[in-house]
Amino acid sequence: MTGPALLSVEGVSVNLPTPRGNLRAVDRVDLSVGAGRTLGIVGESGCGKTMLSRAILQLLPKKAMLSGRVMFDGQDLVRLDRERLRKLRGRSLAVVFQDPMTSLNPVLTIGTQLIETLQEHLELDGQAAKLRSIELLTAVGIPAPEQRLMQYPHQLSGGMRQRVAIAIALSCEPKLLIADEPTTALDVTIQAQILDLLAREQRRRHMAMIIITHDLGVVAGRTDEVAVMYAGRVVERAPTHDLFKRMRMPYTEALLAAIPKIDAKPHTPLPAISGRPPDPTRPLKGCSFSPRCRYAWAQCQIEKPRLEDADSPGHQYACFRPLNTVAGVPA
Amino acid sequence: MMQPVSQPVSDDPLLRVENLVVEYPVGNKTVHAVSGVSLDIARGETLGLVGESGCGKSTLGRAVLQLRRPVSGKVLFDGQDLTEMQGDTLRRIRRRVQLIFQDPIASLNPRRRIGDIIAEPLVISGVRDAKKREQLVHDVLGAVGLDPQLVIGRLPHEFSGGQCQRICIARALVLNPEFIICDEPVSALDVSIRAQILNLLEEMKARYGLTLLFIAHDLAVVKAVSDRVAVMYLGRLCEVGPSEQLFAQPAHPYTALLIEAIPVPDPDVRPAESVAVGEPPSPIAPPSGCRFRTRCPRADQRCSDEVPELREVAPGQFVACHHPLIGAA
Repeated sequence: MTGPALLSVEGVSVNLPTPRGNLRAVDRVDLSVGAGRTLGIVGESGCGKTMLSRAILQLLPKKAMLSGRVMFDGQDLVRLDRERLRKLRGRSLAVVFQDPMTSLNPVLTIGTQLIETLQEHLELDGQAAKLRSIELLTAVGIPAPEQRLMQYPHQLSGGMRQRVAIAIALSCEPKLLIADEPTTALDVTIQAQILDLLAREQRRRHMAMIIITHDLGVVAGRTDEVAVMYAGRVVERAPTHDLFKRMRMPYTEALLAAIPKIDAKPHTPLPAISGRPPDPTRPLKGCSFSPRCRYAWAQCQIEKPRLEDADSPGHQYACFRPLNTVAGVPA
Repeated sequence: MMQPVSQPVSDDPLLRVENLVVEYPVGNKTVHAVSGVSLDIARGETLGLVGESGCGKSTLGRAVLQLRRPVSGKVLFDGQDLTEMQGDTLRRIRRRVQLIFQDPIASLNPRRRIGDIIAEPLVISGVRDAKKREQLVHDVLGAVGLDPQLVIGRLPHEFSGGQCQRICIARALVLNPEFIICDEPVSALDVSIRAQILNLLEEMKARYGLTLLFIAHDLAVVKAVSDRVAVMYLGRLCEVGPSEQLFAQPAHPYTALLIEAIPVPDPDVRPAESVAVGEPPSPIAPPSGCRFRTRCPRADQRCSDEVPELREVAPGQFVACHHPLIGAA
């Protein structure tokens, strides 16, 4: 990790009261991102990755109970008052959601939404804001930007809408951009374009970025570090190359193996992960992955493994039977 | 307008689609959803159909079943033309053809118990004996990996997405069909569950001797289950060929682009920078000539003047392109 962290999430837990009891959506998560770095958060639906991003943005549902600290640029967001939070969000802390249709206001033109953001946060006058908007739309690859300013979100394709959402997110030169499944709703050729766009703008602006996704393929070539989440916890965290080449956590291995490979022969049975994630309102005593883990032994069912350092720098895992180690399972 | 296209002909096709055209009216305009598609699916084969949203792949699947009546063209199922059938005749044929949808939760009636949902097709097709129905429901639930005792009395909301898709598969199988159209059956599922369902479909195919049309936008998923793959773009077929061959040596620039755009879960493989330019044009006003030409790096004047026809460039591999990546133009 180069330089001090821009964002550090320290012991963050999110609990949600539900009719079935308390749901622990996020369970004591520690993470950090340095300026200009990209962190990938990977996990399946219900693993808590989106709740974690909401906790960082302080956009949790009203009933949610948050504990821990979210240090961003020297201040704890959890303790910030609403007015200062509002100023921060959109300005130095921006977000791009999965479905651009829900993040854009359907009854306002693209121009109004962009110009509004610029005027609000950067105090630009109308003309300057408009020029800036055109620049931004050009930067995100939208053809004929002047005309687009007059259009409504429904007049644009999904890919174009996501570009607009990115333009709005980038408009105030944020220090950190959180992209929550930014390409999941998009087609594969458009996905590649949007990921390229995010990477390019990030380099240009020296911005930190968190990409949240369920797809290990999305983070492989595009992040510096990856955190894998399962049942509300970070179960493995490592520099990207290390994670893919020297993974320790059986869940990471299983997740990677379950992806159909483009170079595999047709009709090859996929190594599926049996069963399904545990009920988040009924936490297990031991490792949450143990009921589905092919390596699990007695200890895994009784005791929860802590996130521990591997022998390579920056690599941590939570497992009693780690892969690629002398004590654990031979790979 | 549509010239007949040369097409890959199978000796014993269970399904043959000939020059199928499907159009939708939108206001006073027309969506050209499927514009002259021909293909064969052999008995026991899985044909993968890939393309991006709006390319007409789902419409094609529905038009096969006559859920959307085509404007022209034929759909021959086991030699009989479905486009000419109505009412009871069609309904009888549909027993042999089933459909599995993308959203397994939305395709199950939330107020009905699983046992009833799966027995419904049996009731409709006239299996009067309740004991026999129960037996068939039990058998098929067991086959898809669910415990009948635990499942039949419960409601869809008590199940996860993956389990609901198992239930949908059971419902599709209960009439012992010959042909199943799977329309994005795993797109809504998580990676770990997706693999389970793909494996299950493969098992069921072998066990019930099925023929499958597997529609999806994810090429890697399609390759995992398909014998042959057809690539569709804006209502037309670009390329059809044996899976491995098509992936190893794509002939159509669009196929190549789709393959390159797949994110590879390996940090040593650098993501190809912006291989894909632009977005698909609107199917209301598709480009003249080759519909892919507006995004194609190889396009020239001929591509806008002339519609490329499907032709064989390698054994079993057909491409509709004036400048294919393999074989002389």
